[in-house]
Amino acid sequence: MVTAMTLSEPVSQPIASSRKTLSSKPISRESVIGWLFVLPALIMYAIFVLFPLLQSVRYSFFRWNGIGEMRWVGLDNYATILDDPNLLGTIYNALILVIFFSVIPVTLGLIVASIIHRIAPGKLGAVARTVLFLPQVIPLVAAGIIWGWLLALTGLINQLLDAVGLGAITRAWLGDFDWALPAVGFIGVWVLLGFCTVLLWTGMTKLDPALFESARIDGADWRTEFTRITVPLLRQEIGVCLTVTIIAALAAFDIVYVTTAGGPGNATAVPGIQIYILAFTQQRIGLASALSVMLMTLVLLIILPIQFFNRDTSK
Amino acid sequence: MRISQGELWGGRALLIVLMIITILPLISIFMTALHPSGSVPSGFDWPENPQWGNFVEAFNVANMVTLLQSSTFIVLAVVPVSLIISTMAGFAIGHLRIPGSRLLLFLFVFGLTLPFTGIIVPIYYLERDLGIYNTRLAIVLPLIGLYMPFAVYWMRAHFVNMPDDISEAARVDGATVWDLFWHIHIPIARPPITSLGILMAVWTWNQFLIALVLVEDPSQRTMAGALGAFQGHYATNVPLLCAGTILILLPTLIIFVIFQRQIITALLQGSVKG
Repeated sequence: MVTAMTLSEPVSQPIASSRKTLSSKPISRESVIGWLFVLPALIMYAIFVLFPLLQSVRYSFFRWNGIGEMRWVGLDNYATILDDPNLLGTIYNALILVIFFSVIPVTLGLIVASIIHRIAPGKLGAVARTVLFLPQVIPLVAAGIIWGWLLALTGLINQLLDAVGLGAITRAWLGDFDWALPAVGFIGVWVLLGFCTVLLWTGMTKLDPALFESARIDGADWRTEFTRITVPLLRQEIGVCLTVTIIAALAAFDIVYVTTAGGPGNATAVPGIQIYILAFTQQRIGLASALSVMLMTLVLLIILPIQFFNRDTSK
Repeated sequence: MRISQGELWGGRALLIVLMIITILPLISIFMTALHPSGSVPSGFDWPENPQWGNFVEAFNVANMVTLLQSSTFIVLAVVPVSLIISTMAGFAIGHLRIPGSRLLLFLFVFGLTLPFTGIIVPIYYLERDLGIYNTRLAIVLPLIGLYMPFAVYWMRAHFVNMPDDISEAARVDGATVWDLFWHIHIPIARPPITSLGILMAVWTWNQFLIALVLVEDPSQRTMAGALGAFQGHYATNVPLLCAGTILILLPTLIIFVIFQRQIITALLQGSVKG
């Protein structure tokens, strides 16, 4: 699911500066009560997120089947992943999914949003926004099942291809070694396009209409308006869209699990699926945890530059 | 305004095509669901004799009554608790600005980048140790924890924009921190709390991975979690699978239609705020 965010807060400022507004109040007492207010949320977060995170890192240095003795193996699990093309391939597959879950929805979303903003300010635009957003609220599992059927041998996609004379290329898309990953990716486009469109459109409505009017008076065509006004001024929204969709791509699980479970072969195996298989069917907890740590590091490595870029231009 | 006719109609055509692509899958599974149970229909084909009974059959074989109860229980356990504790934390961090609030905010925001899949394995072993594995609490407790980064960040974004004067006036009148929170700030914060509540309810209802890993018995899972098990049993019976899928996504669709505006603004504000 979408967890949206921006890291654009100036978090690096010294903690002491946050005290400035408290000068006239009874600092100690209110601070203590304030901390009591934070405590329940902090405890739940610490127990079920921060502690498991540290455990993931710890498990990754051990060989463990979940029941028996834990044996320290240092960085062996990481070495195993880097040596095994099947395990490392999951990271590669996840990066391919980024194109479908992130690059395509954000690019297409920008185009669609600017079309709605430019030529469909009325009813058509409102209906389009609602309809395109629809896939975002249905469970990803349901989206997977629906598309599993549409992409099947007798499903809608092949029926449409037949109808337009492309019967020769019909196949069981999700069972095809070359096509399974793009097919899974296409489901991601279907789910995420509406989210990106509506988010980017909202950003456009906040821009000064005078900008667009003066550009149009100067005879700016669609392309000029798009590249000179829309995209540069929407950097923050684009950054948010990229962040949310890239996390969705790298952490993909639900759709892949119900459509292909990683197959055929390892064609659609992504880290989420591989972690699940390693931990819960093969009982290789250390290896699963090492892959988890690599996945979380990868997310941070990709997300932080986007956030940094975002902050630089928006302040 | 100089928008050419070509651009106007081209743009409209693209919007309509994209809407059709979005809707067509839903129409396809609806038509498939009406075919005789166990048959192998083609993707886009209105049956001669619509089998409305498939929905009844799916409702029964999927144990829908139990599922609805289970999902409702989980949502009712997760959402109010998450709302209360995240609102309190957001208030302290955003409005009281307690010492250390920047560090706390950073700590919570850091959690936004963590994919669930990365910490599910340790959560499984933690729950075995706590003795809550395979109960509904196994879904409820980690979800509350996992929602905290977004929920606290979201409520803090609201409280940080509340002017200090509101609280100052009340403090002069001798209000305690709890009075401030409960009688003054909660009533003002109703819109963001409502949006957050709807969002977390939909996320919980749709939660799959946690339900799959932490609860073996499908009848104790969330709706989406149970759908996975249903698919396992009826993968070859396409009409029944489609009927079951429609039943399971119906509640979220209805919620979306009713709360459309709140859900969309909530999702979007959540991403842009701050």
